[in-house]
Amino acid sequence: MDRFLFLTVDGLARGAVFAAFALALVLIWRGTRIVNFAQGAMAAATTYLGYSVTAASDSYWLGLVAAVFGGLVLGAIVERGLMRFVDVRSPLNAVIVALGLVLVIHSILGIVYGSRYRAMQVPFSRESIEIGGTALLSPYDLFVFGTVLLVMVGLALVFTRTDIGLRMRAAAFAPDMSRLLGVNVGRMLTLSWALAAAVGALAAMLVVPTEFGAHPHSTDLVFVYAFTAAVVGGLDSPAGAVVGGLVVGLVLSYVSGYADGDLSAVAILVLLIGVLLLRPNGLFASTTARQV
Amino acid sequence: MAYLRTHTLPRHLLLAVLAALLLLLLTYLLPPYRNYQLATAGAYVCATAGLTVLVGLTGQLSLGHGALMATGAYAYALVSDKLVDGGTTGIPLLVVSLVAAILATMVVGFVLGLAGARLHGPYLAGLTLTLVIVVPAITTTFAGTLGGDQGLSVTVDPPPVGLGAAFPFERWQAWITLTAAILTVFVLANVVHGRPGRQMRAIRDDEVAARLSGIDVARTKVGAFVLSAATAGLGGGLLAVLTQSVAPGAFSLTFSLFLLMAVVIGGLGSLAGAVWGAILIVVLPDLADSLAEAMPVSSNLAERLDGNLAIGVFGLIVIGVMLAVPGGIQGLLVALVRRLRGRRPAASGPADVGPAGPAAPGPGVDADRPDASGPSGPEPAADPARPRTPSSGSPSTTTE
Amino acid sequence: MSDRNRTRRLASLLAVGTLAVGLTACGGDDGGGGGGGSSAPSPGVTDTEVTFGTHQPLTGPAAAGYAVISPATKAYFDYVNEKGGIHGRKLVYKIKDDGYNPANTQKVVRELVLQDKVFAVLNGLGTPTHTGVLDFLKSNRVPDLFVASGSRSWNQPDKYPTTFGYHPDYTVESKIAANHIKAEMPGKKVCALGQDDDFGADALRGLEAVLGKDGLTERQRYVTTNTNLAPQIGKMKAAGCEVVHLATIPGFTALALGTAARIQFQPQWISTSVGADYRAVAETLGKKGEPLLEGFLATNYLPIVDDTSNPWVKFFKDEVQAKYNAGKPFDGQTLYGMSIGYIIAETLQKNGKELTRESIVETLQKGGLKGAGFVPMNYSKDNHSGYSGARVNVVKGGKQEYFGPTFTTDDGDGPVEEYTGEENTPPTDGVPTR
Repeated sequence: MDRFLFLTVDGLARGAVFAAFALALVLIWRGTRIVNFAQGAMAAATTYLGYSVTAASDSYWLGLVAAVFGGLVLGAIVERGLMRFVDVRSPLNAVIVALGLVLVIHSILGIVYGSRYRAMQVPFSRESIEIGGTALLSPYDLFVFGTVLLVMVGLALVFTRTDIGLRMRAAAFAPDMSRLLGVNVGRMLTLSWALAAAVGALAAMLVVPTEFGAHPHSTDLVFVYAFTAAVVGGLDSPAGAVVGGLVVGLVLSYVSGYADGDLSAVAILVLLIGVLLLRPNGLFASTTARQV
Repeated sequence: MAYLRTHTLPRHLLLAVLAALLLLLLTYLLPPYRNYQLATAGAYVCATAGLTVLVGLTGQLSLGHGALMATGAYAYALVSDKLVDGGTTGIPLLVVSLVAAILATMVVGFVLGLAGARLHGPYLAGLTLTLVIVVPAITTTFAGTLGGDQGLSVTVDPPPVGLGAAFPFERWQAWITLTAAILTVFVLANVVHGRPGRQMRAIRDDEVAARLSGIDVARTKVGAFVLSAATAGLGGGLLAVLTQSVAPGAFSLTFSLFLLMAVVIGGLGSLAGAVWGAILIVVLPDLADSLAEAMPVSSNLAERLDGNLAIGVFGLIVIGVMLAVPGGIQGLLVALVRRLRGRRPAASGPADVGPAGPAAPGPGVDADRPDASGPSGPEPAADPARPRTPSSGSPSTTTE
Repeated sequence: MSDRNRTRRLASLLAVGTLAVGLTACGGDDGGGGGGGSSAPSPGVTDTEVTFGTHQPLTGPAAAGYAVISPATKAYFDYVNEKGGIHGRKLVYKIKDDGYNPANTQKVVRELVLQDKVFAVLNGLGTPTHTGVLDFLKSNRVPDLFVASGSRSWNQPDKYPTTFGYHPDYTVESKIAANHIKAEMPGKKVCALGQDDDFGADALRGLEAVLGKDGLTERQRYVTTNTNLAPQIGKMKAAGCEVVHLATIPGFTALALGTAARIQFQPQWISTSVGADYRAVAETLGKKGEPLLEGFLATNYLPIVDDTSNPWVKFFKDEVQAKYNAGKPFDGQTLYGMSIGYIIAETLQKNGKELTRESIVETLQKGGLKGAGFVPMNYSKDNHSGYSGARVNVVKGGKQEYFGPTFTTDDGDGPVEEYTGEENTPPTDGVPTR
C-alpha cells in the first residue's frame, strides 16, 4: 500500500508536467490545426536560456522568468517568421516544417552550448516528506503541482473571462467571421503560439532539472509523452490534455514500479492503441468526428 | 517508343535494366568507400520509396518508419542466425533472411495499417511516433533474444568465390542493396501507376468521393501500409547486412524523422524523389563536414560544428523546400528539364502545375502522376496565385 | 501526356546520371592520400606523418561527458608534434562523430579506413558501436588500438588479432571493488545496479566471482533510454541494501544518487571508474547535490585530477591543457583522453622507426608498456586486455583521493593480489623516449 501511494504521487507529479506540456500542444492545435512538433526543441532552447540566466544571476527565479518570457518571444517568432508562411491545406506541411525546425534548434543549441548536460537548480528540496511512515511528496513536487494548477486556472480564466481570450477562441474557430467582426486573426494566432510556447517553456523548466539538466535532447521524451497525453485526451480538449497527462504519468509510474522500467514505453503504446481503437479522436473528443 | 509510351510494364522494365547496367558500371568505377555509401543509399531507397508512396499517395503520415526498419533488421538477424546454425550460407542465407525480414515487417505494418485506417492525421502520427520509442524498450525487455542496448551481430558471408578472391566486399554489398532497391522501385512504380495507385490518390484527395465511387477505402489504406512496411522491412534487413549488426541505437527517433524529411526534400509522392532523398541522407553529413573543415574557425568551435552543422543544414533545407519548392528536388528537375525542352508550363494542365507550381501543397505534388484519367478529386493546386497564409480561409483551417 | 512522361523519364535519367558523375568525382580525391613519403610501408604512414582515426559520440544524448575525450587526445598530439613528433613523424588524428549510433560507426570507420586511409583506429568509443566494426577492421588488417570501453570483447587475440583494449576489464575493476567490500564492510548487504549490456553484465560477473553467487542481495539494471531510476532504487531500499555497487555511466551515477536521496536511502556507494568522475557526476547533480558524493567510493587505474601533486596530473594540466586545450574544463575524461595520446606515443616510440601495421601489433604484444596508469598493462601474445588492476578512491571534502593498496587480478576466478611495483612517471619533456 505504501508503495502504491508513493507510485501514485510520483506518477501524478510527472503527469502534471506532461499535462502542462500537452496543454501547450492543444492550444496551438485548436488555434491553427497544427501539431507543433517543434515544441520539445523550443522548450529545450528556453531551458538553456533559463540555465544561462540562473548561472549568471545565481537566482533560480530569474532563470524561470527568463525561460517563460523567452518562450513567449520564441513562440511569436516561430509563428510570425515561419509557420505563417506554411501552406496548411495539407496538415503534413506544418508537421514537416516543424520537424525541420527541430533539427535547426538542436543544431544551434549543440553549437552554442556543446553536448554536456548542464545541471540545473531546483528551488525546493526534492527529498520526500514522510507522512505516517511513508515517504510521499517532496516540497518540489508540491511546487510542481501548484505551478501547473496555477497555469491551468490562469489559462481557463483568460479564455473564458477576458476579452482577449474570447477573441483568441473566435479567431481559432471562426476566423472568417471573426475577421468580419474586426478581430485581428493573425495577431490572435501569434498570441496563441506565444502563450503555448511559454507554457511549454515552463513545463520544461519544471521537469528538466529533475533529470540530467539542460541538453539539446533534454525534452525529446517529454514531448513524446506529452503528445501521447494530448492524443489520448483528444487534441481539441484542454481538459483532455490534463487528464491525458496525468494518466500517462500514472501509467509510467505503475509500470516501472510494479513491472519493469523497460516496459513503460510499451505500456504507453498499449494505452494509446487502446484509447484510439475505442475513441479514434481521443477520450474527450466531441461527438462529431473532425475531418483533418 | 509509342509502344513503351502506352505500356507501363515494359517501359518500367526497360528503365530498371538501364538503371541496373548504369549502377553496375558505377560499382566498378567507384573506390570501396564510395561503394559502401552507394550500398547504404540503396538500403535507404527501399525505405524511402515505400514511405513516399504511403505519405504522398495515401496521405497517411508515418513517423515510425524507423521502427518498421528495425523490425526488418531484427527479423533478419534472428532468422539468419538460425540459418547459419543450420549450415545455410551464401545467397540462400541472404535471400531467405531478407524474405523473412519483409514478411515480419508486413505483419507489423498490417496491424498499424488497421489502426491507420481509423485514425486521422496527427492521431496516426502520434501512434507511429510512440512506436519509435518502443523499439529500445522491446529490445531490452527481451534482451535474451534481442540483445538489449547492445543488439545482435549479423553474420554476412563474403562475396561468392566465383567473383574472385580479390572482389571487394563493399562492391558486393552495393550489388546486394542496389538489386533490392531497383526491384523495390520497379514494383512500386507499377503499383503507383496502376489501379491501386489511382485509388490511393483518390482517397488522399477526397475520401468521401472515393468511397462514393466504389473504392474500398479501408482496404486500400491498409494495403498501402502493408506495402510500405514490406519495403521498410527490406531496407532494415539490408541495413543489417551492411552494418553486420542490429542495435536499437540505429533506429532512433531522429533517424525516423530523417527518413520522412528525405522523402519530402526529394519530392513527396515521387519515387525518383525518394531516390534523391536517400542519396541526400548519405552524402549530406559528408558535405557539411567538409564545409565545417573549410571554415576558418577556432578548434573549439570546429569541435562543436562537427556533426551539428550537418543536422542544421538538413533542417534548413527541409524548411526551405517546404516553403519555396514543395515539389522537392524532383519537382525542380522536372521543371528544369521541361524548360530546357522549351516548353512553358501549361496553365490548364493540373499535373503540370503540381510539381513546379509555386503554390503546390505537399501531398498534392505528384511528379510521377502518369495521367489524369483516374478518378482524381478536385485538384488542390489549380490556382498558383492563391496565397498561402493560414488566415486565407483555406479549407483545412476552418473545419469548425 | 506523352510529353509529360518523357520529361519525367528524362528527369529520372538525369538523376541517375548526376549521381554517377557526382560519386565518381568524389571518388577522385582518393588517389592523393598517403603519397608523401618515398617508403610508405602501410597506409597512413609517411616519413613525416602517421594518421590515426577514431569514432566518438560528439552529438546526440551520449555525447555528454564523452565529447571531450578525443580533443584531449589531439591536444597531447599537438604537444608532441610541437616537440618534433615521434621518430620524426607528426601524429595526425581524424575524429569522426558517430553519435553513439552503431550504423553511423560502420560508416565513419569505413570512411577512415577506405577513404582517409588511416594507419590505425585509436580509442573507438563504446561497446555497442565498436562491436560492429571488429570484423571489418580485422578483414582489412587495421590495428584497432585502445578501445574506449572495458568490455571483454576486445581481448580475443585468436578471433581479433589486431584489436587491443585499454581499460581494465569491467570484471577486473568490480572484483577489486568486491574485494574491498569483503575486507572493509563484512556482513553488509551488498547490491548491484548496472547498465543493461556487457558493462553491467561483466561487472556483475566480477562481484559474484569474489562475493559468491548468493553474495548479492539485489541486482538491478537500467537502460540509458529511461531516465527514471525510482523503481530500481526503491527496490534496493526495500531490500535493505547497505552497499550498492554501480556499473553506471556518469549521468546515471548522478541519477542514482539523486533518486536515493529523495527517498532517504543512503547506502555506501562504490562505482567503477566509468561513472565515477567527480566533476562529471557533480556537474549533473548540481551544487545542492554535491554533498551526496561525500564518502563515495570508486575504483580507478589512472591518476585523479584532484591530486595536483601527481606528476602526470601536473604535466597534463600545466603543459598540455594550458597550451593546447585551453578554455575547457580539465576533468577525468580530459585526463583519460591525454593518457590515450601518451600510450600511443609510447607504443610508437617503442616500435622504432620502421612502422607498419604488423610491427605495431608485435610491439604491443611484446608487452612492457606503462602509460599513465599505476598498474602494469597486460599486453602479450595471448592477452590483449589493457590495465591489469585498480585502486580504490574516496570522495573527501569534494575531492577524490586514493587510499589503501593497489590490486591486480584477472577477469576469471583468479585471486585479487596486492601490487607493490613502482608507479610510472612522465618523462622530463612529456614525450616518451624509450
